[in-house]
Amino acid sequence: MIEKTLGKIYIGLILVFMYTPILVLIALSFNDSRSRVVWGGFTLKWYRTLFDNSSIMSAFGTTAALAFVSAAVASLIGLFAAIGIYSMKKRSVKVMLFFTNIPLLNADIVTGIALMLWFVRFFPLGFVSVLTAHITFNIPYVILCILPKLETMDIRQFEAARDLGASTAYAFTKVILPDLLPGILAGFFMAVTMSMDDFVITYFTKGPGVNTLSTLIYGEIRKGIKPEMYALSSVLFLLVLIILIIANKTDTVKEN
Amino acid sequence: MSKKLIELKNISKSFGSNLVIDELDLYIRENEFVTLLGPSGCGKTTLLRIIGGFEKPDIGQVFFDGCDITKLPPNQRQVNTVFQKYALFTHMTVAENIAFGLRIKKKDDDYIKEKIRYALDLVNLPGFENRMPDSLSGGQQQRIAIARAIVNEPKVLLLDEPLGALDLKLRQEMQYELIRLKNELGITFIYVTHDQEEALTMSDTIVVMNQGYIQQIGTPEDIYNEPENAFVADFIGESNIIDGIMVRDRLVRIGGKDFECVDEGFEENENVDVVIRPEDVELGSVEGGYITGEVVSIIFKGVHYEIQVKSDIGITFMVQTTQNFPVGSHVGINVIPDNFQIMHKPQSEDEEIMNKDEAVKDEHES
Repeated sequence: MIEKTLGKIYIGLILVFMYTPILVLIALSFNDSRSRVVWGGFTLKWYRTLFDNSSIMSAFGTTAALAFVSAAVASLIGLFAAIGIYSMKKRSVKVMLFFTNIPLLNADIVTGIALMLWFVRFFPLGFVSVLTAHITFNIPYVILCILPKLETMDIRQFEAARDLGASTAYAFTKVILPDLLPGILAGFFMAVTMSMDDFVITYFTKGPGVNTLSTLIYGEIRKGIKPEMYALSSVLFLLVLIILIIANKTDTVKEN
Repeated sequence: MSKKLIELKNISKSFGSNLVIDELDLYIRENEFVTLLGPSGCGKTTLLRIIGGFEKPDIGQVFFDGCDITKLPPNQRQVNTVFQKYALFTHMTVAENIAFGLRIKKKDDDYIKEKIRYALDLVNLPGFENRMPDSLSGGQQQRIAIARAIVNEPKVLLLDEPLGALDLKLRQEMQYELIRLKNELGITFIYVTHDQEEALTMSDTIVVMNQGYIQQIGTPEDIYNEPENAFVADFIGESNIIDGIMVRDRLVRIGGKDFECVDEGFEENENVDVVIRPEDVELGSVEGGYITGEVVSIIFKGVHYEIQVKSDIGITFMVQTTQNFPVGSHVGINVIPDNFQIMHKPQSEDEEIMNKDEAVKDEHES
């Protein structure tokens, strides 16, 4: 009994530490006062100025485009990579996974600077360079989502389809792909959130004039903290949360 | 006799350094129920996959109805496979599973619907159209896998240990079902199993395989009653395999004692393997026995007792009988001449090498 209550208190504490700062941020975004300690009443004016601000709206557009395009491309590359890794011998799989996981574990700042150095040699930094960077760090997430699905799949289904007269392409799209779809979707949404979340790598690989929401917030905050940044951060948090929930839903629904 | 439908000529296949099939020749006639029987790793499944088009032989050719199909991919062969673990398409309903092959052949909807109903009736699962595969039991999934294969009207149905995952009772039911299906459809079945009872029950012809070689081809009766070598005798049912010397035609010496038998055509004093099935060893009173022995152990097996008898010629026989003989009792042993099966000693290289190895070992030990 005591253990149970202690456990509950422990989890409660963790949740408080994790979410109170975010909740405070969200609360402040509705605060009519510019002060961070005085509650001046409820208002939506920061959100209004937010949506009237053209540089913020363009950063929003860039973020969305970046997230979805990089996630889509990474899903495609990751799908074929996962199938390739799946059909390798056990030893090669380990080596391959080690290398694909490096971008996952590597410090963002190292990846960011490395990619920047690499990109400036070949083309001017801009939207394309950020996009390429995002695709790069998204691929391992997609692979990690698809590989377990491949491993639990009965690969004989593919042979059965071939046996029943299907060409390789038909068997792949009709039999393998639907089975992998939950994994692909989970990987896609994971990649979307990772791309939206990212600040460090984006910061180093973006050229002048290109801003995502996170780099924009960073730039604005250096000039002084404005309440519309609270609003913007809240919007960003909410977006990522929604996508994460969708990703989890698609995964579990298909499994049942 | 019906014509040869499938012919395998000089097939060899290895995976890495592991030779799985070695220069194998085999033909299969139309409407035959052929079983490839052997222990795991004997090459039977690989052989089936070569016929299905999932593996290419390293050398050799596969003929179907006189045409060379060695290089034809599986989707262009007139054979369909029922896989070991069914391999149903998990995200499709039963009906969609069965319709898969027909849709590729661009059949119209009415035809497909009719075919699905026909196939489900055939496998005794009418009304299962809209169920999902994972809501079905193993036996039901197996039937759907068969239905999915036969709606395509293949000339040959390949079955890769299809009953392996089912429990005993269900397996026996499905055996009858498969025989019925084969008779109703009039197509050739090639069936792979390691279960000798399954093979004996269902087959017209059994092909016994070991280590990539065919050991014997014959009807179930031939294989059981006249095994050609010790491997077949040992693999098909239980048996006593004893060293003997063929003194002359119709007389074999075992443990220093001469027994009458019916086999002829061996060299005089040739070393042979003698097979006696456990149910062919008759136990009785000591006075009535040609040789005598002492009961060492007795186990109740349901239909019969399994008894070990140590005979006075130094050989322990395994006996199956419905009579009960207590441990320690003395019995007389008789075997009628018909029930001795005499075989040449093995000639295949592997076995010879094995025997030599053992001989060398024996020398070292002595």
